[in-house]
Amino acid sequence: MSGLSIDKLSMRFDLPGGGSVQALKDVSLDLKAGELLSVLGPSGCGKTTLLNIVAGFLAPTEGVMTLNDHVIKGPDAERGMVFQQGALFEWMSVRENVGFGPSMKGMPKNDKAEIVNHLLDVVGLQDFKEKAVYELSGGMQQRVALARCLANDPDVILMDEPLGALDALTREKMQSLVLKLWKETGKTIILITHSVEEALLLGERLIVMAPRPGRIHKEYRLPFAELGVNSDLREVKLHPDFGPKREEILNMIWDMEEEIMGTAEADA
Amino acid sequence: MTGLIVLAVYVGIFVGSMMIFTRIGAGIRDYTSLKTVTFGDESAVRPNRAAGIISLLTLFLLWGMFTGSSLIPGFLHAPAPYAGETSFEYTVEANGETDTATVKVLVHKREETPDAPAVEPGEGFAKNDSIIVAQYRSQLVSFDKNDDVKKKDGAKIVAINGQKVQPGDKIEIEGGSVTISQKGTPNFAPENGLQMEPLYLPSPEAVIARTGKVLNEGFRGTSLLGHLGWSLFRVVAGFICGAIVGIPLGYAMGLSNWFRGWFDPIVEFMRPVPPLALIPLVIIWAGIGETGKIILLFLAALWIMAIAARSGVSGVNISKVHAAYSLGASKWQIMRHVIIPNSLPEIFTGARVAMGVCWGTVVAAELVAAEKGAGMMIMVASKFQNTDIVILGIILIGVIGFGIDMLMRGAERIMVPWKGKG
Repeated sequence: MSGLSIDKLSMRFDLPGGGSVQALKDVSLDLKAGELLSVLGPSGCGKTTLLNIVAGFLAPTEGVMTLNDHVIKGPDAERGMVFQQGALFEWMSVRENVGFGPSMKGMPKNDKAEIVNHLLDVVGLQDFKEKAVYELSGGMQQRVALARCLANDPDVILMDEPLGALDALTREKMQSLVLKLWKETGKTIILITHSVEEALLLGERLIVMAPRPGRIHKEYRLPFAELGVNSDLREVKLHPDFGPKREEILNMIWDMEEEIMGTAEADA
Repeated sequence: MTGLIVLAVYVGIFVGSMMIFTRIGAGIRDYTSLKTVTFGDESAVRPNRAAGIISLLTLFLLWGMFTGSSLIPGFLHAPAPYAGETSFEYTVEANGETDTATVKVLVHKREETPDAPAVEPGEGFAKNDSIIVAQYRSQLVSFDKNDDVKKKDGAKIVAINGQKVQPGDKIEIEGGSVTISQKGTPNFAPENGLQMEPLYLPSPEAVIARTGKVLNEGFRGTSLLGHLGWSLFRVVAGFICGAIVGIPLGYAMGLSNWFRGWFDPIVEFMRPVPPLALIPLVIIWAGIGETGKIILLFLAALWIMAIAARSGVSGVNISKVHAAYSLGASKWQIMRHVIIPNSLPEIFTGARVAMGVCWGTVVAAELVAAEKGAGMMIMVASKFQNTDIVILGIILIGVIGFGIDMLMRGAERIMVPWKGKG
């Protein structure tokens, strides 16, 4: 089967002082090629752990993951990752950062330059090509990170709160850009976010995870991402279903947070 | 006493120029000058250019003032030691009679050897005397040598310049003071003034003149640049050896559990040992030649460089490594393109520290034993009381140490412009 398949994934850490933490329990998920999935959940529900396992940075204690029918064992160029921030190489220019993946593969210079140029056009950073990345604003840096990931032409793009550190306006522009790139490239994308609105806008599918142990609580299929590809995101937010969905999910997460607080108090 | 006067002059110039120069520049209206809260805002404190220049000039001025330098106008000089001719009268009592005679005193500079001024013997049983005294020295006046009545015959000084005296008394006269010793002999000491004796602090022009001389003739068979060059060569050689071993060691410690476990105790133990404490052992093992010095500097640089490289590796943001893996980089490529560039700022910082430590260590090692080198130069000069060479050496050592640091900073700016920007 083409696509990403996660089967009964569990993750348990042993704590140094004895005991253990069940970060994920029996998480199963099938993602078809080209699907856009956003993952929401209260803090501590294992979102980032899940992403790190898919990326191959962590090995699950139980369960199997396959991408295009082969088992995921470690990090690989087929699964690109966009981090919240701080993952650009500040000793390289914008151009070198974007061209990092092709360079590692030993791609001929001309081919690489073509890819880099194209992607810099797509993310609108052609004028900043030779700048050092630390000279760019936060939003520009995340565009570099996106372009760097795309330059490697991965099958799956994993995004760990990539827009979390941006201001509201930049964030909205970036959300449109992500949708546009998704549609144009047809990549499978998993996006982790703290923002319910962002999850609704950027999720063709949306899963809400619950903590203790981390598991999939509820799954939605949403029309907003498709709508957002061709129209202004602010119009999408005015869609009659958008508000109620947002309230529903907010309440769900709110209840979970309260439950965590409650058990924490009971523990104390 | 002189110290307090020097301090008073220094503080006076500090306060006076502060009063004047903080007024100047009040017209500037840049952003910082518009801040109302400056006390406690470190960013609003910028070094005052004028203060820096005046500070250095003041040091030279004080140096010149208290050494009677010819480079500054004479009226600024601190009171000089007395030089020239003076005299005093002494009154001798013997056999119930008194007679008065004059002592002519010529106070001369230390490097001169004049003859005693000629005097007429004069009337009476006490005859006139003449003595010469070098500045900063004192001279007993054997007044009775030419007198008709000797001390052992009961001659006794009862007055100096008409003032009655007892043994132990001190009388101020023009150009100095006369003290009557316990045995009744007058002892003349010229006024020292407030200037430093050249033995303790030579004047700036003496140091400059000596610089020229040492530049031309060298010192102990090696030119001045040769001495400095040898010291620098040892530092560079020791540092390079330390870096060649230390940096890979630090990387290994940052990348492998086994290396970290194996070398951590050694590095953590050796790091706090001051390199100077190793000098005796290194001399025992390798002698006082170049090998010993370079081993010492190697050991001084090694631990610093290893720790800098280790913390450079551990300082890599794990996201960067993850990102590189996700972009398809191999371990070697991650080493080459992520870990090494990411650790360079730390390594440069370590190199700056190591060069500073090496420079200090080499001078100390040369003080202990060396044939050539800046430290050897000042050590040998001090044994021969060539204070001017000692001061020259200290200034040059300081200038070179500062130059090394500036060079390293410059290299850092060019080589790792991303430092602190991650």
